[in-house]
Amino acid sequence: MTMWGYVALGWAITAVVLVSYVAALLWRGRRLIEQVPEGERRWL
Amino acid sequence: MLADAWLIAAKDLRLEWRSRVTLAQIAPFAVLVLVLFGFALDPDRGLLAAATPGLYWVAVLFASVLAVQRAFAVESTESSRDILLLSGVVPSGVFLGKALAISVQLLALEVLLLGGVAVFYGATLRGWLLLAVTVLSATAGIAAAGSLYGVLATGLRVRDTLVPLLMLPVLAPVLLGATRAFEAALEDTPADGWPWAGLLVLFALAYLGAGVAAYGSLLEET
Amino acid sequence: MTIDTNAGGPQHPEPSLRRDEAAAGDARSAPTGTGSRFTRLLGLALIIGGAAVAWLAFVATPPDVVQGESVRLLYVHVPSVSVAYMACMLTTVASAVWLRRRTEWWDLVASSSAEVGAVFTAVTLLSGMVWGQATWGTPWEWDARLTSTLFLFLLLLGYLGLRGATEDRTARGRRSAIVGLLLVPNVIVVNQSVNWWRSLHQDATLFRTDGDFRIEGLQLFTWVFATVVAIGFFVWLLVHRFRVGWLADRAEDRAIDEALAVRRAEGGTGGAP
Repeated sequence: MTMWGYVALGWAITAVVLVSYVAALLWRGRRLIEQVPEGERRWL
Repeated sequence: MLADAWLIAAKDLRLEWRSRVTLAQIAPFAVLVLVLFGFALDPDRGLLAAATPGLYWVAVLFASVLAVQRAFAVESTESSRDILLLSGVVPSGVFLGKALAISVQLLALEVLLLGGVAVFYGATLRGWLLLAVTVLSATAGIAAAGSLYGVLATGLRVRDTLVPLLMLPVLAPVLLGATRAFEAALEDTPADGWPWAGLLVLFALAYLGAGVAAYGSLLEET
Repeated sequence: MTIDTNAGGPQHPEPSLRRDEAAAGDARSAPTGTGSRFTRLLGLALIIGGAAVAWLAFVATPPDVVQGESVRLLYVHVPSVSVAYMACMLTTVASAVWLRRRTEWWDLVASSSAEVGAVFTAVTLLSGMVWGQATWGTPWEWDARLTSTLFLFLLLLGYLGLRGATEDRTARGRRSAIVGLLLVPNVIVVNQSVNWWRSLHQDATLFRTDGDFRIEGLQLFTWVFATVVAIGFFVWLLVHRFRVGWLADRAEDRAIDEALAVRRAEGGTGGAP
């Protein structure tokens, strides 16, 4: 593999892992917040 | 504290003597691991002789996972923990007692495995003083860390799979140190091994301290 | 603001921020996700910052004199390792504080930081392996930093496994605080022992070149800027993960309350089950 190939691979792995974690986290939040009454939902 | 430790250790060892789980199941398992390494590494290629110290301690670590699980399976029911607490045994005494009982069983196992590597791997056992100090300090470290991480998983459904995941990464330095010290002893260059034995002693003392401190907080669970 | 009509159980005083938000034209009465105005603004800044880092790393900076093009990998690898270690440290500190204060807040900080830290440790290991393959010709070297980072990952998995498996919340807090407190010491012990072990073999010094090259000017700026963006991203993830944990606990409380209410309605007397 060329050096640019390695660079692209490294960045791609990082991006995929982080973006999937962000997506999973936001999805978990949206699913859980439905189970909490509106009056208790508050963020500082 | 020490009297309580003695009480708990005597209780656990009595239970073990009655059930003979370590003797009849864990010890054969550890010997089996040694034999399986023999199959995997082909005794004729000289790999076994070179890898003897490492394989020995890997076998000990696997067996110690089982011994720790066994030690806390005895206490896994809520009621037995309550009885321990109600009987006025101090938590640090419970910790030291558990660690002591595990140590005694592991020491018996390690002596057996030393015979195993001598017979199956053709290892010549030398440097007895270093061997003895290494075995004692590594065992104390494994038992102390095992008693601390073992109790964390009591009462959980996934206890059997969680204990090795919690315990083995923590015990990696023990494997490293004990293997190097054993190498030095078997190669008859004990001077190289003593610093590692020192590391094992420090590890054991650190985890004995951590366990004594942590058990108070852990056992107040209701 | 529909909450005000729900005056039956105002256990949690309404924070003032909500009013500002409503005044600013945000018509929704209650959040439908873990985002807030703070995290949205931070998220926007991070998207811009991330794009800037990519531009700096790929276009603006020259290839390194020693490392060549592979230095561009380090612009993600080094910030992620900094954040991973920071998260691990935060878990240990928060666990220690929890053992003194015993509040849900510190418990959630410790566990959120551990999960986010595990993600960054995974990224560190993977990008490090790619970099190793590119520069050393091997993805793995048994050196102290690599090995202890791998052990950090395993220890974090153990911590998260223990938390996931413990249902009783008090027990969960106690047990995970002990594991969290010992996290950094364990990594240090692994690091020191591997260091000692490898220093006995001379071949370990073969790869000492990675710390040697000098960075300056735009490369240094890119590095620092990427680390700042990564820390911002860590804060964003930490806030969201904290809120997910908080919501999970509230949802669990509610499920238990409902189950109790059903039980009581069935039993009639309201006695203990």
